[in-house]
Order: sequence, then C-alpha cells, then structure tokens
Amino acid sequence: MSADPARQNGGRVDLQLIASMIEPGSRVLDVGSGDGELLRLLNATREVDCRGIEISQKGVNAGVAQGLSVVQGDADKDLVNYPTKGFDYVILSQTLQATRAPQKVVRELVRIGRRAIISFPNFAHWRVRARILFTGQMPVTPTLPFQWYETPNIHLCSIDDFVNMTKGMGVTIEKFIALDWHGKVSMTNNTPALANLLAAQALFLLRED
Amino acid sequence: MALDPGKDDGGIALGQAESRYAPVMRFGADAPLLLDCGVNLAPLDIAYQTYGTLNAQRSNAILICHALTLDQYVTGIHPLTGRTGWWNIMVGPGKPLDTDRYFIICANVIGGCIGSTGPTSINPATGRPYGLSFPVITIGDMVNAQAKLVEALGIEQLFCVIGGSMGGMQVLQWAYDYPEKVFSAVPIATAALHSAQNIAFHEVGRQAIMADPDWRGGDYLNQDTRPEKGLAVARMAAHITYLSEAALHEKFGRNLQDREKIGFGFDADFQVESYLRHQGSTFVERFDANSYLYLTRAMDYFDLAAESGGVLAEAFRGAKTRFCVISFTSDWLFPTSESREIVQALNAAAANVSFVEIESQKGHDAFLLDEPELFATLRGFLNAAADKRGLKHVG
Repeated sequence: MSADPARQNGGRVDLQLIASMIEPGSRVLDVGSGDGELLRLLNATREVDCRGIEISQKGVNAGVAQGLSVVQGDADKDLVNYPTKGFDYVILSQTLQATRAPQKVVRELVRIGRRAIISFPNFAHWRVRARILFTGQMPVTPTLPFQWYETPNIHLCSIDDFVNMTKGMGVTIEKFIALDWHGKVSMTNNTPALANLLAAQALFLLRED
Repeated sequence: MALDPGKDDGGIALGQAESRYAPVMRFGADAPLLLDCGVNLAPLDIAYQTYGTLNAQRSNAILICHALTLDQYVTGIHPLTGRTGWWNIMVGPGKPLDTDRYFIICANVIGGCIGSTGPTSINPATGRPYGLSFPVITIGDMVNAQAKLVEALGIEQLFCVIGGSMGGMQVLQWAYDYPEKVFSAVPIATAALHSAQNIAFHEVGRQAIMADPDWRGGDYLNQDTRPEKGLAVARMAAHITYLSEAALHEKFGRNLQDREKIGFGFDADFQVESYLRHQGSTFVERFDANSYLYLTRAMDYFDLAAESGGVLAEAFRGAKTRFCVISFTSDWLFPTSESREIVQALNAAAANVSFVEIESQKGHDAFLLDEPELFATLRGFLNAAADKRGLKHVG
C-alpha cells in the first residue's frame, strides 16, 4: 500500500482541521495524544496552552522528552479528575472507538471543555460495507489498519450511530465535517445523511447545552 | 548586585559565616525564621553551593532540593567525604541541568549537618550544641529558609525547583507556599504526604539511634560519644527501602561473602549483609544522628493537603507553575500511585503538568542513578520550560 492517503504534507488531515478550529490563546486538552502529533502542531501553529493525556507510558515519555505536557492516563478512568469547563477545547481524535464506555467519555469531554472536538473513522463507509459484504471479513483499511484479533478499536461506530448517541445527551453539534477516503473535506453540514455512506472519517464540534 | 560567595559583606542580619562548608549565608537575630512549631530560629545559617552563572535578568536559577541524607554538594568534590557530588551525572556543562545555561543552587536543609543550622549547631542560649533542644522542623520550614536564601541572592523567581524524595516534598511545598516564585517544578520519586509505612520505617531508624547507649538522650556531642551503632542500623534499615527486591537479588542473590560455605554464626555470611554493614559504617562518618532524627521527623509531618482540608487539588488551585512529576516502577518507598495522586490533583486544578513513570529495577534510588529516560525527560521538560521563560539557548 502506498502512503497513507489520509496524510497530507506529512500530517494527518483531521489533525490539521482540528487545529484550524481552535481559537488562538485557548487552553486545550488532547485526550489520547499518542505520539504528540497534534500537540506539536498546536504548539507550532496556534498560540495555545495545550496538554495531553495518553494511555501508553512510552508515548507519554516520548512526548515529555520533546517538551510536550503529557500525563499518563486513561480516557475511561481519569477524565473524572478534571474540573468542569477547565479547558476551552477538549479533543478526542481517533480514540473514541478505543474507549470502553464511549458515551460516558463524550459526557466527560463536553463537561470538561467549553467545546469538544471528536474525530473517528466511519464504520459505515461504503468500502467498509463492501469488504464485509463481499469478503465476509472484518475490514482492514487505512483508517482501521488492524486485524480484528489485535485491534484496540472495541467500539467502532458509524456517523449515524454517533449522532444517534448524542441525542438526549444534552449536547449540540455545532459543526460536522466529513473526510473522504483521501482525507479531503467532502461534506460539512449538520444533517450527515449521505456522509454516513461516503465519509471515511468524521469530525464533530460539540458543546454542552 | 550579585553576592560573591565566600565574601563577608559585614552585615549582621545578612552575611557570610565562616565555615568549612562555605559559602554560608547567615541571618542574624534581627532576621529570625519563624518555624511551624512557633519558635523563632536565630541565628540561621544556610550553607549552599552554586554552579553556573546567574544571567542579567536573574531568570535562569534552578534550586535543587536534596534528599534526607544528601547535601548541597551536587557536583564537584565533597569537602567531608572527598567523593564526587551526589548528582554529578545530572549537573554540569551539557548535562540535563546544564551549568552553561542555568544557575544551579543547592542549600543544605535546616536541621541538617553540613553547614546549615541544625542540632549540631551552637545554641546561642547555652553556648553548647543544640542537640535535642533544637526545635522540631518541618518541610515547610526548610522551604522558608531556602526562600530567605533565594531572596538574599537577589532572585525574584526560580526558573525551576527540582528534587527527589524529601527533595521532592520540598519542591511541592515550594509550589504551594511560593507559587509566584516557582516557574516550573520537578518533584521526583516523592509524595504529597508521608505514608504510614514510611513513618513506620523512620520510627525503626529513630528507635535504633535512641536505643544506642552512646546517644545519651541526644546529648552525645557534650559527652564526647557518638551513637554510631544506632545510626548505622538506622541507615541499614533505610537503605533496604531505597532499593528493590529485584535489584538486591540481581546484585547479591544469596552469594556468600569471602567464604565457600555458610559459617553457622552471625558474621556477615552473605554479601548483602556485608554490603549493608558497609553502608551503615560509611554513613556514620558523614552524618549526625540527631540530624537524622529531625529530618526523618520533618518528612513524617509532611502532608501538603492538611491545610486544604485534605483535598490536594485545593492546594494547587490556580497554580501557574509548570509541573513535571516523575516516578519509577520499582520504587516501593514512594510508589507511582503516590505520584499519580499528585498528578490527579494537578489535573483537577487544570494545572500544566507532565507525568512520566520510568521503567527501572533500581528502586527509589533510581533518581540518583544513570537512567537515560530520566535524562531525556528532564532535558525535554526543561528545554520547553526554558523556551516559555525566554531563556537563551547555549552555543
């Protein structure tokens, strides 16, 4: 397979989109900060005070050694420690599907942040559907690169699933962006019907009502 | 005006005292230190060492807070032991605490025995060593004394306060008592309170000292004896807590000392016994037994959240200091769980915090040893903090 189509100019497109949504001067918490790519991007491009939580100690240590503010922590367990509206933005990029209790996590995100930005791979993309339909096997794609028996993604969902989950949670979807297979912005509206079939990744900006 | 170490400026309230551990900053009777126990301590000597150069903005000072039995000689040659300083691997040109970039300060804690006022100092009321008439001190008192020194050195804000173990307690206390004076803080292998188990270990050590007939109710300096046996046992017990089961096993196993088979007696049959005896006997050459009582007591009394109704997050509310909390996997004296409590409290206060747990078999003492990940963490954290502070890069 060639280079990850969801990466452009050496960076993940969803991260660049997330960074562009953040007002300079904000206080930002990146939940599941991984190797610190978004934190580095934010440090380099936005005047923000940003921190990360990362579950892997290796990722944390590497991040801190690069001068990032990162703590070891688990989105499922440790978000309860953070103060209500302690941050302007709380970001959960490509991590929701790996959490044990996604709805609880989303509740915590909108509690801690004035805004929450959540991105995840859309499990209802037509290629994913086609893979199951024609091969009868769990899909392995650029956004879902793991075999079923080794994937950390235990709660995969579609865009529709996510929107349905947020109903009745007392949150407002302020913005929705869909990315196509090549990481290009394909749709941005608040009724993501067609996106559920065509989008490879989804990005939501939420706030608590 | 920079104070020239070793130069006596002639003042009574503030000046340099003569000592083999010079420079020593002296605060006279008109500048006493009010201790937590209510006593005004004066005169107050603070023996300290500095490394590197304070920049014109006075913004590059790092205060190192030393652990229980260590002292201000972090690098260079120790005047008492003749050995290299205890953090020589960490402090120096090009090292993580880079003396080409930072101005490093380390002061002997009050209650200590390497030049700062403590139980071996002369009690002005009697003209004889304090012994047990020395007031009981706290971690907060140590920090207040250091704050007087830092102020006397003309430094408004420390770029960083860093330390491990009891030094880490001081780091936390600094961030609590003087948040505006601490730009960044690195508490290593420490806790926000001293646990019951750790108090218990300290009590064993103190009882060993006090059970030694040569302790003489703490008056040994006036009676020309030294409770060396008791102090050595205290050190042996404590030293075990600084290591780990795995480290002891790897280093000694059940290996015998200078013999083919067990001796059916109570000599040091095993290497680990011989090692501990050596640790005990070298320790008594450089440390005072009463100091050991006072400093362990100060650690026992440490509970940072006590003034905040036991809620540690309250202690850190509004903190602007950048924190880097570090623990080691095999440290059972100050386990990672206790660092995690600090981190959780800092998170609850939405403070800027990094937290690294380092994989190591070396136990509590890992912070003193060659741990590449510790070095990488400190370099990364300090570089980023220095950029935020506007400190220039070297070279």
